Amino acid sequence: MQKIYPNAEAALEGLLRDGLILAAGGFGLCGIPERLIDAVVASGVKGLTIASNNAGIDNEGLGKLLRTRQVAKMISSYVGENKEFERQFLAGELEVEFCPQGTLAERMRAGGAGIPGFYTKTGVGTQVAEGKEVKAFDGEDYILERGIRADVSLIKGWKADESGNLMFRKTARNFNLPAATCGRVCVAEVEEIVPVGSLDPDCIHLPSIYVNRLILGAPYDKKIEFRTVRERETA
Amino acid sequence: MPWDRNDMAARAAKELQDGYYVNLGIGIPTLVANNIPGGMTVTLQSENGMLGIGPFPYDDEVDPDLINAGKQTISELPQSSYFDSAQSFAMIRGGHIDLAVLGGMEVSEKGDLANWMVPGKMIKGMGGAMDLVAGVKKIIVVMEHTSKAGDAKFIPECTLPLTGKNVVDMIITDLAVFHRPDHDSPFKLIELAPGVTADEVRQKTSARYVE
Repeated sequence: MQKIYPNAEAALEGLLRDGLILAAGGFGLCGIPERLIDAVVASGVKGLTIASNNAGIDNEGLGKLLRTRQVAKMISSYVGENKEFERQFLAGELEVEFCPQGTLAERMRAGGAGIPGFYTKTGVGTQVAEGKEVKAFDGEDYILERGIRADVSLIKGWKADESGNLMFRKTARNFNLPAATCGRVCVAEVEEIVPVGSLDPDCIHLPSIYVNRLILGAPYDKKIEFRTVRERETA
Repeated sequence: MPWDRNDMAARAAKELQDGYYVNLGIGIPTLVANNIPGGMTVTLQSENGMLGIGPFPYDDEVDPDLINAGKQTISELPQSSYFDSAQSFAMIRGGHIDLAVLGGMEVSEKGDLANWMVPGKMIKGMGGAMDLVAGVKKIIVVMEHTSKAGDAKFIPECTLPLTGKNVVDMIITDLAVFHRPDHDSPFKLIELAPGVTADEVRQKTSARYVE
Protein backbone atom coordinates (compact mmCIF):
# COMPACT_ATOMS: atom_id res chain seq x y z
CA MET A 1 0.00 0.00 0.00
CA GLN A 2 1.70 3.10 -1.25
CA LYS A 3 0.55 6.26 0.57
CA ILE A 4 3.11 8.64 -0.83
CA TYR A 5 2.06 10.70 -3.85
CA PRO A 6 4.35 12.85 -6.01
CA ASN A 7 2.42 16.08 -5.43
CA ALA A 8 -0.80 17.59 -4.08
CA GLU A 9 -2.68 17.31 -7.36
CA ALA A 10 -1.92 13.59 -7.59
CA ALA A 11 -2.82 13.05 -3.92
CA LEU A 12 -6.26 14.60 -4.44
CA GLU A 13 -7.02 12.75 -7.66
CA GLY A 14 -10.42 11.06 -7.56
CA LEU A 15 -11.36 12.70 -4.27
CA LEU A 16 -12.65 16.10 -5.32
CA ARG A 17 -16.13 16.99 -6.57
CA ASP A 18 -18.55 19.90 -6.23
CA GLY A 19 -20.39 20.20 -2.92
CA LEU A 20 -17.78 18.28 -0.93
CA ILE A 21 -17.38 18.63 2.84
CA LEU A 22 -13.76 19.31 3.74
CA ALA A 23 -12.12 19.49 7.17
CA ALA A 24 -8.92 21.52 7.25
CA GLY A 25 -6.27 21.88 9.94
CA GLY A 26 -4.51 25.06 10.99
CA PHE A 27 -4.94 27.97 13.36
CA GLY A 28 -4.69 31.30 11.58
CA LEU A 29 -1.90 30.65 9.09
CA CYS A 30 -0.06 28.33 11.50
CA GLY A 31 -0.04 24.72 10.35
CA ILE A 32 -2.27 25.17 7.31
CA PRO A 33 -2.17 22.64 4.45
CA GLU A 34 -0.96 25.16 1.85
CA ARG A 35 -0.04 22.78 -0.96
CA LEU A 36 -3.34 20.91 -0.73
CA ILE A 37 -5.35 24.15 -0.63
CA ASP A 38 -3.52 25.32 -3.77
CA ALA A 39 -4.42 22.04 -5.47
CA VAL A 40 -8.10 22.39 -4.51
CA VAL A 41 -8.03 25.92 -5.97
CA ALA A 42 -6.49 24.57 -9.19
CA SER A 43 -9.06 21.76 -9.41
CA GLY A 44 -11.88 24.31 -9.74
CA VAL A 45 -14.38 22.32 -7.62
CA LYS A 46 -17.17 24.52 -6.27
CA GLY A 47 -19.83 24.69 -3.59
CA LEU A 48 -17.51 23.41 -0.89
CA THR A 49 -18.40 23.24 2.80
CA ILE A 50 -15.26 23.67 4.86
CA ALA A 51 -14.89 23.01 8.58
CA SER A 52 -11.84 24.96 9.67
CA ASN A 53 -11.17 27.11 12.72
CA ASN A 54 -10.38 30.12 10.53
CA ALA A 55 -10.93 31.06 6.90
CA GLY A 56 -7.41 32.21 6.09
CA ILE A 57 -6.64 35.82 5.31
CA ASP A 58 -6.84 37.66 2.01
CA ASN A 59 -5.14 35.44 -0.55
CA GLU A 60 -3.49 33.20 2.04
CA GLY A 61 -4.67 29.78 3.17
CA LEU A 62 -8.39 29.18 2.69
CA GLY A 63 -8.63 32.84 1.64
CA LYS A 64 -7.48 31.64 -1.80
CA LEU A 65 -10.55 29.40 -2.12
CA LEU A 66 -12.80 32.27 -1.07
CA ARG A 67 -11.28 34.54 -3.69
CA THR A 68 -12.11 32.02 -6.41
CA ARG A 69 -15.63 31.61 -4.93
CA GLN A 70 -15.30 27.88 -4.51
CA VAL A 71 -16.69 27.91 -0.96
CA ALA A 72 -20.44 27.80 -0.22
CA LYS A 73 -20.22 27.43 3.55
CA MET A 74 -17.67 27.78 6.33
CA ILE A 75 -17.93 26.17 9.77
CA SER A 76 -15.51 28.29 11.82
CA SER A 77 -14.95 29.95 15.19
CA TYR A 78 -13.14 33.08 14.04
CA VAL A 79 -13.01 34.71 10.62
CA GLY A 80 -11.46 38.14 11.26
CA GLU A 81 -8.63 39.69 9.25
CA ASN A 82 -10.19 38.71 5.92
CA LYS A 83 -11.68 41.42 3.67
CA GLU A 84 -12.88 39.12 0.89
CA PHE A 85 -14.59 36.90 3.43
CA GLU A 86 -16.31 39.94 4.89
CA ARG A 87 -17.47 41.12 1.47
CA GLN A 88 -18.95 37.75 0.47
CA PHE A 89 -20.52 37.24 3.89
CA LEU A 90 -22.18 40.66 3.94
CA ALA A 91 -23.36 40.18 0.33
CA GLY A 92 -25.00 36.91 1.35
CA GLU A 93 -22.83 34.91 -1.05
CA LEU A 94 -21.24 32.81 1.66
CA GLU A 95 -22.93 30.89 4.46
CA VAL A 96 -21.16 30.80 7.82
CA GLU A 97 -21.89 28.56 10.77
CA PHE A 98 -20.14 30.09 13.76
CA CYS A 99 -19.06 27.36 16.11
CA PRO A 100 -17.20 27.89 19.40
CA GLN A 101 -13.58 26.85 18.98
CA GLY A 102 -13.62 24.04 21.51
CA THR A 103 -16.95 22.76 20.24
CA LEU A 104 -15.54 22.71 16.70
CA ALA A 105 -12.47 20.75 17.80
CA GLU A 106 -14.63 18.31 19.73
CA ARG A 107 -17.10 17.96 16.82
CA MET A 108 -14.19 16.86 14.64
CA ARG A 109 -12.77 14.59 17.33
CA ALA A 110 -16.20 13.06 17.97
CA GLY A 111 -16.91 12.60 14.26
CA GLY A 112 -13.63 10.76 13.87
CA ALA A 113 -14.26 8.67 16.96
CA GLY A 114 -17.68 7.42 15.87
CA ILE A 115 -19.59 9.68 18.25
CA PRO A 116 -22.51 11.31 16.40
CA GLY A 117 -23.24 13.89 19.10
CA PHE A 118 -22.20 15.07 22.55
CA TYR A 119 -23.48 17.41 25.23
CA THR A 120 -21.52 20.51 26.21
CA LYS A 121 -22.01 23.50 28.48
CA THR A 122 -20.37 25.76 25.89
CA GLY A 123 -22.94 28.12 24.37
CA VAL A 124 -25.82 27.39 26.74
CA GLY A 125 -28.12 30.42 26.85
CA THR A 126 -26.50 32.00 23.76
CA GLN A 127 -27.29 32.16 20.03
CA VAL A 128 -25.22 28.99 19.59
CA ALA A 129 -27.86 27.03 21.53
CA GLU A 130 -30.72 28.06 19.22
CA GLY A 131 -32.47 25.04 17.77
CA LYS A 132 -30.36 22.56 19.73
CA GLU A 133 -31.54 20.03 22.30
CA VAL A 134 -30.94 21.12 25.89
CA LYS A 135 -30.52 18.45 28.54
CA ALA A 136 -29.85 18.80 32.26
CA PHE A 137 -27.19 16.64 33.90
CA ASP A 138 -26.74 16.92 37.67
CA GLY A 139 -28.74 20.15 37.70
CA GLU A 140 -26.81 21.90 34.92
CA ASP A 141 -27.91 22.52 31.34
CA TYR A 142 -25.95 21.22 28.37
CA ILE A 143 -26.61 21.46 24.62
CA LEU A 144 -26.34 18.71 22.05
CA GLU A 145 -23.67 19.27 19.39
CA ARG A 146 -23.13 17.00 16.39
CA GLY A 147 -19.92 15.27 15.43
CA ILE A 148 -18.52 16.27 12.03
CA ARG A 149 -17.79 13.69 9.35
CA ALA A 150 -15.97 15.20 6.38
CA ASP A 151 -15.53 13.68 2.95
CA VAL A 152 -11.88 14.69 2.85
CA SER A 153 -9.50 16.01 5.52
CA LEU A 154 -6.62 18.23 4.52
CA ILE A 155 -3.84 18.50 7.08
CA LYS A 156 -0.29 19.73 7.48
CA GLY A 157 2.27 17.85 9.59
CA TRP A 158 5.96 18.21 10.31
CA LYS A 159 7.45 14.76 9.79
CA ALA A 160 5.91 11.51 8.65
CA ASP A 161 7.38 8.10 8.03
CA GLU A 162 6.62 6.23 4.81
CA SER A 163 3.75 4.37 6.48
CA GLY A 164 2.00 7.62 7.42
CA ASN A 165 2.88 7.86 11.13
CA LEU A 166 3.01 11.57 11.68
CA MET A 167 4.39 14.19 14.04
CA PHE A 168 3.47 17.85 14.33
CA ARG A 169 5.65 20.73 15.43
CA LYS A 170 4.84 23.11 18.32
CA THR A 171 1.55 25.00 17.99
CA ALA A 172 1.16 23.94 14.36
CA ARG A 173 -0.55 20.79 15.68
CA ASN A 174 -3.78 22.64 16.61
CA PHE A 175 -6.77 21.48 14.51
CA ASN A 176 -4.67 19.23 12.28
CA LEU A 177 -5.06 16.26 14.58
CA PRO A 178 -8.85 16.31 15.10
CA ALA A 179 -9.39 17.29 11.44
CA ALA A 180 -7.32 14.30 10.29
CA THR A 181 -9.50 11.86 12.18
CA CYS A 182 -12.90 13.10 10.97
CA GLY A 183 -12.39 12.67 7.22
CA ARG A 184 -13.36 9.55 5.29
CA VAL A 185 -10.06 10.14 3.47
CA CYS A 186 -7.24 12.14 5.05
CA VAL A 187 -4.59 13.71 2.85
CA ALA A 188 -1.54 15.00 4.70
CA GLU A 189 1.31 17.21 3.57
CA VAL A 190 4.51 17.26 5.58
CA GLU A 191 7.89 18.98 5.64
CA GLU A 192 9.85 15.76 5.69
CA ILE A 193 9.19 12.09 4.91
CA VAL A 194 11.52 9.66 6.64
CA PRO A 195 11.98 5.88 6.30
CA VAL A 196 9.86 3.59 8.48
CA GLY A 197 11.68 3.02 11.75
CA SER A 198 13.16 6.52 11.97
CA LEU A 199 10.47 7.89 14.26
CA ASP A 200 10.17 6.76 17.88
CA PRO A 201 6.82 4.90 18.10
CA ASP A 202 6.29 6.53 21.50
CA CYS A 203 6.43 9.98 19.90
CA ILE A 204 3.88 9.60 17.10
CA HIS A 205 1.14 12.24 17.39
CA LEU A 206 -1.09 10.86 14.61
CA PRO A 207 -0.92 7.08 13.99
CA SER A 208 -0.70 6.00 10.34
CA ILE A 209 -4.24 4.58 10.33
CA TYR A 210 -5.54 8.14 10.02
CA VAL A 211 -3.30 9.11 7.09
CA ASN A 212 -4.46 7.77 3.72
CA ARG A 213 -2.40 9.84 1.35
CA LEU A 214 0.82 11.71 1.94
CA ILE A 215 2.91 14.26 0.10
CA LEU A 216 6.17 16.05 0.74
CA GLY A 217 5.18 19.72 0.66
CA ALA A 218 8.61 21.27 1.31
CA PRO A 219 10.05 23.82 0.89
CA TYR A 220 7.68 25.96 2.97
CA ASP A 221 7.67 29.69 3.24
CA LYS A 222 5.65 29.86 6.46
CA LYS A 223 3.67 33.05 6.88
CA ILE A 224 3.36 34.95 10.15
CA GLU A 225 0.25 37.02 10.83
CA PHE A 226 1.52 39.07 13.77
CA ARG A 227 5.27 39.13 14.20
CA THR A 228 5.86 40.20 17.80
CA VAL A 229 9.35 40.36 19.27
CA ARG A 230 11.17 41.70 22.32
CA GLU A 231 14.34 43.74 22.39
CA ARG A 232 17.54 42.10 23.49
CA GLU A 233 18.88 43.93 26.54
CA THR A 234 22.18 45.60 25.71
CA ALA A 235 24.98 45.40 28.23
CA MET B 1 -7.22 58.76 39.36
CA PRO B 2 -8.93 55.86 37.58
CA TRP B 3 -6.77 52.85 36.82
CA ASP B 4 -5.05 52.68 33.43
CA ARG B 5 -4.81 49.51 31.34
CA ASN B 6 -1.74 48.27 33.14
CA ASP B 7 -3.18 49.06 36.59
CA MET B 8 -6.26 47.01 35.70
CA ALA B 9 -4.06 44.12 34.59
CA ALA B 10 -2.01 44.44 37.80
CA ARG B 11 -5.22 44.32 39.83
CA ALA B 12 -6.30 41.15 38.00
CA ALA B 13 -2.85 39.66 38.72
CA LYS B 14 -3.58 39.95 42.46
CA GLU B 15 -6.09 37.14 41.97
CA LEU B 16 -3.35 34.73 40.84
CA GLN B 17 -2.27 31.96 43.16
CA ASP B 18 0.82 29.79 43.17
CA GLY B 19 0.33 26.78 40.91
CA TYR B 20 -2.51 28.30 38.91
CA TYR B 21 -3.10 27.40 35.25
CA VAL B 22 -4.44 30.52 33.58
CA ASN B 23 -5.83 31.58 30.20
CA LEU B 24 -5.51 35.25 29.26
CA GLY B 25 -7.67 36.88 26.59
CA ILE B 26 -6.53 39.40 24.01
CA GLY B 27 -6.01 43.08 24.95
CA ILE B 28 -5.72 44.21 28.58
CA PRO B 29 -5.86 40.59 29.88
CA THR B 30 -2.60 39.84 28.02
CA LEU B 31 -0.88 42.47 30.21
CA VAL B 32 -1.59 40.31 33.28
CA ALA B 33 1.39 38.20 32.18
CA ASN B 34 3.73 41.12 32.96
CA ASN B 35 2.38 41.36 36.51
CA ILE B 36 2.79 37.82 37.84
CA PRO B 37 4.19 38.19 41.39
CA GLY B 38 7.83 37.10 41.75
CA GLY B 39 8.35 33.63 43.20
CA MET B 40 4.90 32.51 42.10
CA THR B 41 4.53 29.71 39.54
CA VAL B 42 1.72 30.51 37.12
CA THR B 43 1.37 28.53 33.89
CA LEU B 44 -0.31 30.30 30.99
CA GLN B 45 -2.42 28.30 28.57
CA SER B 46 -2.84 29.23 24.93
CA GLU B 47 -6.00 27.64 23.53
CA ASN B 48 -4.39 26.91 20.17
CA GLY B 49 -2.48 24.18 21.96
CA MET B 50 0.19 25.12 24.49
CA LEU B 51 0.80 25.22 28.21
CA GLY B 52 3.65 27.41 29.42
CA ILE B 53 3.63 30.49 27.19
CA GLY B 54 7.01 32.22 27.20
CA PRO B 55 7.77 35.87 26.39
CA PHE B 56 7.78 37.30 22.88
CA PRO B 57 10.81 35.90 21.05
CA TYR B 58 13.97 37.78 20.14
CA ASP B 59 14.00 38.79 16.49
CA ASP B 60 16.27 35.89 15.47
CA GLU B 61 14.20 33.33 17.39
CA VAL B 62 10.83 33.99 15.73
CA ASP B 63 9.19 30.68 14.76
CA PRO B 64 6.06 30.62 12.54
CA ASP B 65 5.06 27.32 14.19
CA LEU B 66 4.95 28.96 17.62
CA ILE B 67 2.12 31.43 18.13
CA ASN B 68 -0.43 32.32 20.78
CA ALA B 69 -4.21 32.42 20.40
CA GLY B 70 -3.93 36.03 19.20
CA LYS B 71 -1.70 34.67 16.39
CA GLN B 72 1.33 36.57 17.74
CA THR B 73 4.75 34.91 17.74
CA ILE B 74 5.80 33.73 21.21
CA SER B 75 8.52 31.56 22.78
CA GLU B 76 8.49 28.37 24.81
CA LEU B 77 9.70 27.66 28.36
CA PRO B 78 11.52 24.59 29.70
CA GLN B 79 8.22 23.33 31.19
CA SER B 80 6.08 24.03 28.09
CA SER B 81 3.98 21.37 26.41
CA TYR B 82 2.05 21.25 23.14
CA PHE B 83 -1.20 19.50 22.27
CA ASP B 84 -3.99 19.58 19.72
CA SER B 85 -7.11 21.79 19.83
CA ALA B 86 -9.43 19.02 21.05
CA GLN B 87 -7.10 18.30 23.98
CA SER B 88 -6.74 22.04 24.63
CA PHE B 89 -10.46 22.53 24.98
CA ALA B 90 -10.87 19.31 26.92
CA MET B 91 -8.72 20.90 29.62
CA ILE B 92 -10.74 24.12 29.36
CA ARG B 93 -14.19 22.53 29.25
CA GLY B 94 -13.21 19.92 31.81
CA GLY B 95 -12.58 22.53 34.48
CA HIS B 96 -8.81 22.05 34.68
CA ILE B 97 -7.95 25.72 34.09
CA ASP B 98 -8.12 27.72 37.32
CA LEU B 99 -8.67 31.21 35.97
CA ALA B 100 -9.44 33.07 32.76
CA VAL B 101 -9.11 36.83 32.38
CA LEU B 102 -11.17 38.15 29.47
CA GLY B 103 -12.23 41.43 27.96
CA GLY B 104 -15.90 42.44 27.93
CA MET B 105 -18.35 44.69 26.14
CA GLU B 106 -21.17 44.19 28.67
CA VAL B 107 -21.64 42.30 31.92
CA SER B 108 -25.08 41.92 33.49
CA GLU B 109 -25.84 41.99 37.21
CA LYS B 110 -26.57 38.25 36.94
CA GLY B 111 -23.08 37.59 35.61
CA ASP B 112 -23.93 37.23 31.92
CA LEU B 113 -21.10 38.25 29.59
CA ALA B 114 -21.33 39.73 26.08
CA ASN B 115 -18.01 40.12 24.31
CA TRP B 116 -18.18 38.55 20.86
CA MET B 117 -20.48 40.41 18.50
CA VAL B 118 -22.26 43.67 17.84
CA PRO B 119 -25.34 43.27 15.62
CA GLY B 120 -24.99 45.24 12.40
CA LYS B 121 -21.21 45.11 12.51
CA MET B 122 -19.08 42.45 10.86
CA ILE B 123 -19.17 39.28 12.95
CA LYS B 124 -15.71 37.84 13.44
CA GLY B 125 -16.76 34.94 15.61
CA MET B 126 -16.49 33.89 19.22
CA GLY B 127 -13.21 32.00 18.94
CA GLY B 128 -12.68 30.18 22.24
CA ALA B 129 -14.48 32.69 24.48
CA MET B 130 -17.70 30.65 24.90
CA ASP B 131 -15.74 27.54 25.80
CA LEU B 132 -13.62 29.44 28.32
CA VAL B 133 -16.54 31.01 30.18
CA ALA B 134 -18.38 27.67 30.24
CA GLY B 135 -15.48 25.62 31.56
CA VAL B 136 -12.88 27.63 33.48
CA LYS B 137 -13.25 27.64 37.28
CA LYS B 138 -13.07 31.42 37.76
CA ILE B 139 -13.82 34.16 35.20
CA ILE B 140 -12.52 37.71 35.61
CA VAL B 141 -13.71 40.32 33.13
CA VAL B 142 -11.50 43.36 32.69
CA MET B 143 -13.13 46.29 30.87
CA GLU B 144 -13.56 50.06 30.87
CA HIS B 145 -16.35 51.05 33.23
CA THR B 146 -18.28 52.89 30.52
CA SER B 147 -18.37 52.85 26.72
CA LYS B 148 -16.76 55.61 24.66
CA ALA B 149 -20.22 57.22 24.54
CA GLY B 150 -20.30 57.18 28.35
CA ASP B 151 -22.87 54.39 28.71
CA ALA B 152 -22.64 51.92 31.57
CA LYS B 153 -21.22 48.48 30.66
CA PHE B 154 -22.13 46.79 33.95
CA ILE B 155 -25.88 46.76 33.42
CA PRO B 156 -29.10 44.99 34.50
CA GLU B 157 -29.41 42.87 31.32
CA CYS B 158 -26.98 42.54 28.42
CA THR B 159 -28.24 44.11 25.19
CA LEU B 160 -25.63 42.37 23.00
CA PRO B 161 -25.63 38.65 22.12
CA LEU B 162 -24.27 36.63 25.03
CA THR B 163 -20.98 34.79 25.26
CA GLY B 164 -22.18 33.00 28.38
CA LYS B 165 -25.00 33.13 30.89
CA ASN B 166 -24.25 33.53 34.60
CA VAL B 167 -20.51 32.97 34.15
CA VAL B 168 -18.64 36.03 35.51
CA ASP B 169 -17.09 35.93 39.01
CA MET B 170 -15.26 39.25 39.11
CA ILE B 171 -15.33 42.52 37.16
CA ILE B 172 -12.34 44.85 37.15
CA THR B 173 -12.92 48.25 35.53
CA ASP B 174 -10.86 51.42 35.48
CA LEU B 175 -12.95 52.62 38.44
CA ALA B 176 -13.70 49.66 40.66
CA VAL B 177 -13.71 45.93 41.40
CA PHE B 178 -16.90 43.89 41.82
CA HIS B 179 -16.90 40.32 43.07
CA ARG B 180 -19.35 37.60 43.96
CA PRO B 181 -18.50 34.46 45.93
CA ASP B 182 -20.77 32.19 43.87
CA HIS B 183 -23.13 32.29 40.91
CA ASP B 184 -26.25 32.72 43.06
CA SER B 185 -25.03 35.84 44.86
CA PRO B 186 -25.16 39.45 43.69
CA PHE B 187 -21.96 41.31 42.83
CA LYS B 188 -20.42 43.36 45.63
CA LEU B 189 -18.32 46.47 45.19
CA ILE B 190 -15.10 45.48 46.94
CA GLU B 191 -12.57 48.06 45.82
CA LEU B 192 -12.29 51.54 44.30
CA ALA B 193 -9.49 52.92 42.15
CA PRO B 194 -7.52 55.64 43.95
CA GLY B 195 -9.52 58.89 44.15
CA VAL B 196 -12.69 57.27 42.77
CA THR B 197 -15.74 57.49 45.03
CA ALA B 198 -18.50 54.97 45.53
CA ASP B 199 -20.86 57.73 44.43
CA GLU B 200 -19.13 58.09 41.06
CA VAL B 201 -19.30 54.32 40.54
CA ARG B 202 -23.00 54.36 41.42
CA GLN B 203 -23.63 57.10 38.83
CA LYS B 204 -21.81 55.20 36.09
CA THR B 205 -23.34 51.79 36.79
CA SER B 206 -26.89 50.71 35.97
CA ALA B 207 -26.52 47.16 37.33
CA ARG B 208 -27.65 46.47 40.88
CA TYR B 209 -24.84 45.49 43.23
CA VAL B 210 -24.14 45.37 46.92
CA GLU B 211 -21.91 47.99 48.55
